[in-house]
Amino acid sequence: MMNLSGKAHKFTQDDINTDYIISGKYKFKTLDMKELAKHVMEDLDPDFYSKITSGDFIVAGRNFGCGSSREQAPLAIKNAGISAVLAKSFARIFYRNAINTGLPVVECDTDQINPGDRLEIDLRAGIVKNITRGIEIKAKPLPPVMIKILNDGGLAAHFRKYGDFNIG
Amino acid sequence: MGQTIIEKILSSHSGQTARAGDIVVAEVDLVMGQDGTSPLAIRAFNDMGGERVFNPEKVAMVIDHSAPSPNEGVSALHKLMREFAWEKNIKLYDIGEGVCHQLMPESGKVGPGKLVVGADSHTCTYGALNAFSTGVGSTDLAGAMISGKMWFKVPETIKFVCHGELPYRVYAKDLILYLIGNVTADGATYKAAEYTGEAVKALSVEGRMTMANMAIEMGAKAGLMEADEKTLQWLANFTNEKFTPVAPDSDAVYADIKEYDVSNLEPQVAMPHRVDNVTSVGSVAGTPIQQAVIGTCTNGRLEDLKIAASILKGKKINPKVRLIVAPASKRIYIEAMNQGIIQTLVESGAAVVTPGCGPCVGTHNGIPSDGENVISTANRNFKGRMGNSSAQIYLASPATVAASALAGEIADPREV
Repeated sequence: MMNLSGKAHKFTQDDINTDYIISGKYKFKTLDMKELAKHVMEDLDPDFYSKITSGDFIVAGRNFGCGSSREQAPLAIKNAGISAVLAKSFARIFYRNAINTGLPVVECDTDQINPGDRLEIDLRAGIVKNITRGIEIKAKPLPPVMIKILNDGGLAAHFRKYGDFNIG
Repeated sequence: MGQTIIEKILSSHSGQTARAGDIVVAEVDLVMGQDGTSPLAIRAFNDMGGERVFNPEKVAMVIDHSAPSPNEGVSALHKLMREFAWEKNIKLYDIGEGVCHQLMPESGKVGPGKLVVGADSHTCTYGALNAFSTGVGSTDLAGAMISGKMWFKVPETIKFVCHGELPYRVYAKDLILYLIGNVTADGATYKAAEYTGEAVKALSVEGRMTMANMAIEMGAKAGLMEADEKTLQWLANFTNEKFTPVAPDSDAVYADIKEYDVSNLEPQVAMPHRVDNVTSVGSVAGTPIQQAVIGTCTNGRLEDLKIAASILKGKKINPKVRLIVAPASKRIYIEAMNQGIIQTLVESGAAVVTPGCGPCVGTHNGIPSDGENVISTANRNFKGRMGNSSAQIYLASPATVAASALAGEIADPREV
């Protein structure tokens, strides 16, 4: 794992579902995640993709990623150049999918982050530094099994390494 | 200390006494993917170095979300699925067979005590059959296809006790919409829901599936029910396997126990653009609608089509409304034809489409236009869900949808 740095793109509402992250009308057509990435969060902000600088963060409220099990959601976010998603809480399937595909998810008090704030995240220590506001926000630690999978580079890499689950 | 249903099923599949909060690696009895998730799962399977699936009898793929294919992009992904299924010798349900969440129960491979994972969030449907079934993503699915296993955090359980008797023309759909409105979209996140009480026991297996199906709309990992005679009789239509029902212990520990009296429940409607934005039908009655949808994994079963037909029989839908009906499976379609239900629906003005997900997920079969209102028996009304982010989707029971199709506006089915 590593340290991440970028700008916050804040979505204030709770319960951002995976249909909003990537619409079904696109995800059924292709496995080209770079193509899907162009439509990420489109129904909430039609120009969102063009606003992203590689390394930036999505910052949201409660229950981010609820709804459908589509793994295209974390993949579209990752392929759009977003380096992590910060939210007050995550829906469980999205949370697993993000870890499995190597997209860091950070559960923390996002009320302390404003749109455009510069953030630095130390994933290992679980600390979000809000550089713009000069404060530190403590993140909820990932369960050990997820740290193991993320450290291996996602579940596919974990399976390549062990041929099975090795999370004991 | 006793165990909940989900703790017992995870114990029997992991070889350890599973308690809420534990991490277990459990063996799975059935692994399922659909056409929106299987292509990525196949990619992950290959990426993991997968060669064969752990047991071809226990893996299934279903082409239901965009079936038949509406464009060449989807066609290429369907082709990928077919070739994978043939090569790995696994069961492929191709176009027209139906919705995965009807086909898995009809396969006879799902029942009390089973553990099923599916790459579709509504896999929680089989909780109605006293199974622990849950939705996963494509990479988790690939891991399960290879290993026959999955890791789980054993969830706490919230028990929903529903007392009383549902009134005239108030159904399982109204009840589950009411519960979701009550606990909200993340009211059961990371937890299992267990539904019980006289009102739940009185439901048909079809109605119970409607309730279990929507557990995910409150964030739950599963929506479980106990098995009874009705469950076992339903299963006997599809398998000779003798299942052992899994009941919670009397001293099982629950995160919360919520009690409801449903005796005065009114037909419920989820308003745009949130499933937990629920109100009684009276407060939205009169809202004009341009499209009505009856079907999906929530409400496309025989009982649902029968209820709609009973309201539409001998009548014509409003000329400004399109009514789309998608039976949940080929078996249901044939049975509905044999019983004259399909004829009644078509004569009233319905367009019947291929058994499958219909227009629910915005890929085909009836994408609404800008500014239009849709009333649907589906489980999600998110902005853009049906393929147009400028349309509004209302969710309701088959009876409310049928009554609304007749009226051309949202209507109370008790007044038809």
